[in-house]
Amino acid sequence: MILSVGIDIGSTYTKAVMMDDTKQVRATAIRRSGYKPASAAVAVYDDLVRNAGVTKENVTYIATSGYGRYMVPFRHTQITELTCHALAMAYHFPNVRTILDIGGQDIKAIRIDERGRVRAFRLNDKCAAGTGAFLEKTARYLGLTTGDIGPYALRSTMPVEVSSVCAVFAESEVINHLSTGIPPEDIMQGAIIALAGRAVQLMKRVGLEADYALAGGMTQNQAMVDAIATKLGSPLNLPPQGLGQLNGAFGAALLGMRRAEKLLAEGHSIPAPGGEHTLEISANATRRWSMYVPASIIYEDSTKSLVKGTPLKVIPSKQNERYFDNSK
Amino acid sequence: MKYVAGIDIGSTQAKGIIMDEHSEIVGKAILDMETNMGTAAQRVFERVLANANLSYSDIAFTVATGYGRYRVTFGDLQVTEISCHARGALAEFPNTRTVLDIGGQDTKAIRIGDSGEVTDFAMNDKCAAGTGRFLGAASFALEMPLSDLGPLALKSTRPVKITTTCTVFAETEIIGHLAKGHLPEDVLMGMHHSIATRCASLVRRVGMAPDVTFSGGVSRNVAMVALLEDVLGTPLNVSSQSQFMGAIGAGLYALDNLQAAKRSQTAYATGSK
Repeated sequence: MILSVGIDIGSTYTKAVMMDDTKQVRATAIRRSGYKPASAAVAVYDDLVRNAGVTKENVTYIATSGYGRYMVPFRHTQITELTCHALAMAYHFPNVRTILDIGGQDIKAIRIDERGRVRAFRLNDKCAAGTGAFLEKTARYLGLTTGDIGPYALRSTMPVEVSSVCAVFAESEVINHLSTGIPPEDIMQGAIIALAGRAVQLMKRVGLEADYALAGGMTQNQAMVDAIATKLGSPLNLPPQGLGQLNGAFGAALLGMRRAEKLLAEGHSIPAPGGEHTLEISANATRRWSMYVPASIIYEDSTKSLVKGTPLKVIPSKQNERYFDNSK
Repeated sequence: MKYVAGIDIGSTQAKGIIMDEHSEIVGKAILDMETNMGTAAQRVFERVLANANLSYSDIAFTVATGYGRYRVTFGDLQVTEISCHARGALAEFPNTRTVLDIGGQDTKAIRIGDSGEVTDFAMNDKCAAGTGRFLGAASFALEMPLSDLGPLALKSTRPVKITTTCTVFAETEIIGHLAKGHLPEDVLMGMHHSIATRCASLVRRVGMAPDVTFSGGVSRNVAMVALLEDVLGTPLNVSSQSQFMGAIGAGLYALDNLQAAKRSQTAYATGSK
């Protein structure tokens, strides 16, 4: 019995999925990432193993994804979120060609082909307004929790326009609306519609091609799903069994399973964790808070689209380097 | 003696100025904005009248400016903040050819020609980063008042680069840096640097010509002044009344109208044009 684990360390949540060689999901786990993604990964892995009722020795292969993917020393390999999301969605829905993933602090639109290969990609991780953080902030200004967002919005009868393109300035707008007596549910729904608009704008930039799929925590928010589907004029596929938020982890587990099966079929043994499949961070790695990658790996400038197979360029920021000392 | 009032209703603070017909300032008031802009305008007007020891009927002309200028029901005229800030800057620093105004929720760069006319301007009021709000986020994350931020930042010896360009994400980033053991002053200096860089690009968009005057609430932050001078490569004029620059400009426009009214009254009396 091969057990494959996928861990997706996101900016806001860390997610884990365990699957067996029949591609059945044996367990899932999720925690907030906090300020130490490495610790979150360890804790989530412990949760996962416990939820599955197995021991760590039973686990065959561990693949990580997400912005903190290099921070997990006990992994066998790390895979980009793009590949994981594309693979997972192509597995669930062979007709999907455009994927939207709204994360806690970023938003991605991915075009895939009939084989699940990434053809184009757009990312915003610079501005909170197009991400889950926009709804979280709006909820805070309304005095609500994240869990209230969906239920409140679904009660809305006359959504009000939330025009701010900035999550911070939306605060004044929310306060103004509240002071003129507009109910919180209408403001919440207004924010959701605004976010749906920005999401579809991003999708247009990779080209809209049906069928469509949504990944990420928003899959649990029916108001959001409906708002996006309305703007698209087309239904949105959601991963089954509530796996929407875990889509990246599922893809990582799936890819890990395929690699493990291939290695074993070719008569190799699975290398030890941290072995030849993994890349380590060098001492002088370029570090952005949102993407810990080794200096040797080249990554994307968020304004350019990615076609798989094209090398990406690092854009080092030499400007005013003399001011800074980030070493810690 | 006649008096005029200049009222600047900003996004974060409301400012009021009363000056006499010789453009001497006789009253000042500033208060935090509230949800209802009309009420805030009324309150700042009452405050500045009290400060000048005058009453409503003593004010011959009132000009309102700022984002809330149309909510000033007692105003005689509304003039744009761009014009008022240019006017106010020139009044105190006659060689001003560029104004950088960093407010609570917006930032403006204004180019002024040799005859005092506005030749170009650029404004960011869409994104909180690069405005006073960015420092507000630092104040919140570090749990210290805004007035403490500048002096603390100047103590920094190893500034930490803030990589995010978004105010919302910056809050998380600050806390992350602090959790890793970076000193608050180093993180704070990084925040100031982010603002300075963004504002510098705004200034470059209108073209920078000396003298450069720095106005708005954020100009009271000593670290911001020092950093901007470094990043822009030029000394900056900063008034001790920098927060009132818009209101002062508005007051001067009010004076114009007063003098125009006086002249036409004289014309009427003497029968001449």
